Amino acid sequence: MPSQLVDQYFRADKLPQIWCPGCGHGIITRAITVAIEQLGLDPDKVCVVSGIGCSSRAPGYLDFNTLHTTHGRALAFATGIKLANPELKVIVIMGDGDATAIGGNHFIHTCRRNIDLTAIIFNNNIYGMTGGQYSPLTPKFDKGTTAPYGNIDRTFDICDLAAAAGATYVGRGTSYHANVVTSLVKKGIMNEGFSLIEAISGCPTYYGRKNKKGGPVDMMQWQKDNAVTVTAAEKMTPEQLEGKFLIGEFKNKPEPEYTKEYQNIINNLQGRDV
Amino acid sequence: MSKKIRLMQGNEACVEGAIAAGMKFYAGYPITPSTEIAELSAEKLPKIGGKFIQMEDEIAGMAAAIGASLTGLKSMTATSGPGFSLKQENIGYAAITEIPVVIVDVQRAGPSTGQPTSPSQGDMMQAKWGTHGDHPVIALCPSSVKETFDLTIRSFNLAEKYRMPVLLMMDEVIGHMREKVEIPDASDIEIIDRKRPTCSKEEYLPYKPEANLVPLMADFGAGYRYHVTGLVHDETGFPSNSTEIANDLVRRLVDKIEVNKEDIISWEEENTEDADIIIFAYGCVARAAKTAIKLLREKGIKVGLFRPITIWPFPEERLIELSKKTKMIIAPEMNLGQMVLEVERLCNKHTKIERLNKVNGEIIYPEEIIAKIEGVL
Amino acid sequence: MKNEGLKANEVDYGKLIINADWCKGCGICTAFCPTKAIVLKNEKVTIADIDKCTQCGLCELRCPDYAIYVGRKKNEQKD
Repeated sequence: MPSQLVDQYFRADKLPQIWCPGCGHGIITRAITVAIEQLGLDPDKVCVVSGIGCSSRAPGYLDFNTLHTTHGRALAFATGIKLANPELKVIVIMGDGDATAIGGNHFIHTCRRNIDLTAIIFNNNIYGMTGGQYSPLTPKFDKGTTAPYGNIDRTFDICDLAAAAGATYVGRGTSYHANVVTSLVKKGIMNEGFSLIEAISGCPTYYGRKNKKGGPVDMMQWQKDNAVTVTAAEKMTPEQLEGKFLIGEFKNKPEPEYTKEYQNIINNLQGRDV
Repeated sequence: MSKKIRLMQGNEACVEGAIAAGMKFYAGYPITPSTEIAELSAEKLPKIGGKFIQMEDEIAGMAAAIGASLTGLKSMTATSGPGFSLKQENIGYAAITEIPVVIVDVQRAGPSTGQPTSPSQGDMMQAKWGTHGDHPVIALCPSSVKETFDLTIRSFNLAEKYRMPVLLMMDEVIGHMREKVEIPDASDIEIIDRKRPTCSKEEYLPYKPEANLVPLMADFGAGYRYHVTGLVHDETGFPSNSTEIANDLVRRLVDKIEVNKEDIISWEEENTEDADIIIFAYGCVARAAKTAIKLLREKGIKVGLFRPITIWPFPEERLIELSKKTKMIIAPEMNLGQMVLEVERLCNKHTKIERLNKVNGEIIYPEEIIAKIEGVL
Repeated sequence: MKNEGLKANEVDYGKLIINADWCKGCGICTAFCPTKAIVLKNEKVTIADIDKCTQCGLCELRCPDYAIYVGRKKNEQKD
């Protein structure tokens, strides 16, 4: 049998994807489908929504109900879909600029609302589709085509932002740690509420080249060398953690979910038992 | 069967019409002078099993309404000038992806924050050209509370029939004015639902048009698992770089309205048979025009009214016909001359055209129309 | 070895199946292969020594283009 996963969950006739050689996005997209496979979700009831950018091309390759929307607005479209038909499992794929710059308002409010969506932010620290401009996730002093002398913006911590804004499930993985992404996405989908998974992805073409980070392998190696699991970090000193970043599950704190709360209103008004 | 007669506001009539048409989803953001539409939707929708959500901004309101429609629910949003500007990108998205949705714009005086509680007709051209690129537009313009009820139903019907965003261009006066509305029995209301595919998933081509140029639309979740994108796409729904496909798609979207114009276009005429002068007016201005006509006719001046109900597509042919047998068309508008541009484009050769414009946030009074007409006679 | 489920352009090496058409030659699979069973040749992944392959699946896990995947596991390989 050829890869059952690709056969079952991808639109194989659309492959290979448009992404550059060594782009981490394909790895993360696959990791998401593994989560869907392991959960045994009915593909007819899975909806994948994206915004605009490199990451947002992912749904086109996936054999579900797929929606490629406008820049930054994926979560708002997804909110309409989920509230209209709560039986759909709605997964949202966004890029770092897409989700946290142009889509920043939708992002924090979707966290706050705790509607049952699972969002995966493919964070490659750059605007790739438009050719390498700096994003809210481009590290300070790194370069982008619009930051030729180094970026002076500070970055967001996507996971801290999501947790503070009220997301009830939050975690981070990387394209190197694809199994971590799968396990977080699985738990995110199972969480009845808004789940946010940051997946760190390598962009060798723009971010990597512009910042002399090497090629695809070097960027994967960087993820491997600098990611520290939450549990390992507990035993490490601040000095040891300098320059590292955490991966794993950061928050898992279920709270009442939006569409269920809304259904309660409907049931009460219609005199039905909740 | 008893007819329900109620005194209500235009914004309320809009919600009543929407619910009569089958609205099951509303997403929006509060903005004067449209807020009653959101408030009443919030109150009424859950009672009938529908959903209301106040989103974080106007853009999100538009997006959520489109998303909900994709799952099969009839969906609406309402706004006013600043919000109408913000919604434009996603209106274009609904146009290219052919997702039915109704957008109500209760027009207020602009630009920018302008005069939030004052009426205006300043968004008429924005209705046509607000979102970038060539795209189809249907925009309806009520001039009474009862007509707001009827045209909201019609907006949903047209959105469903032609798979596109439909704009209901109200104004602050129509939105807030109270009038008697006779609500017809549900059985007397024509309701149109989008045509859904019955073929197998394998056979379904989400963007292959039927004879009326409109493709069949499957609900997300109904088992068809197709792709929707704002990129230029072929009949399968997947993006394409072909110049031919781009050309065919954009032309079909626009032709969808062109070839079905007769079904869509509507207007009202009053005293046009013998009119020497025709007042071209729409929305609340048409009401002042009707009074002016009555008073002028009492003075022996033969004046008639041409009131476009579909602002877009514009009732071109009939207006050209009328212009050939009239000495003058006068176009009062609560803007600095928007729809008059169409009148001039179409009728310049046949008759004289006079403008009457007001942008101070006040309505146009019958006396002003009368004075204008008497001044140019 | 016959594998009727193979797609066009896929080559079955027993433990691994490779679709060179989809391979963009990024080198991630070969760099992180624990046993160096695979190698890049002319910017395409190919087998270096199939005997070294333990079917750990890391190449499949990290191939951005789904160009390589683990074939039938040993215990499933019976004709």
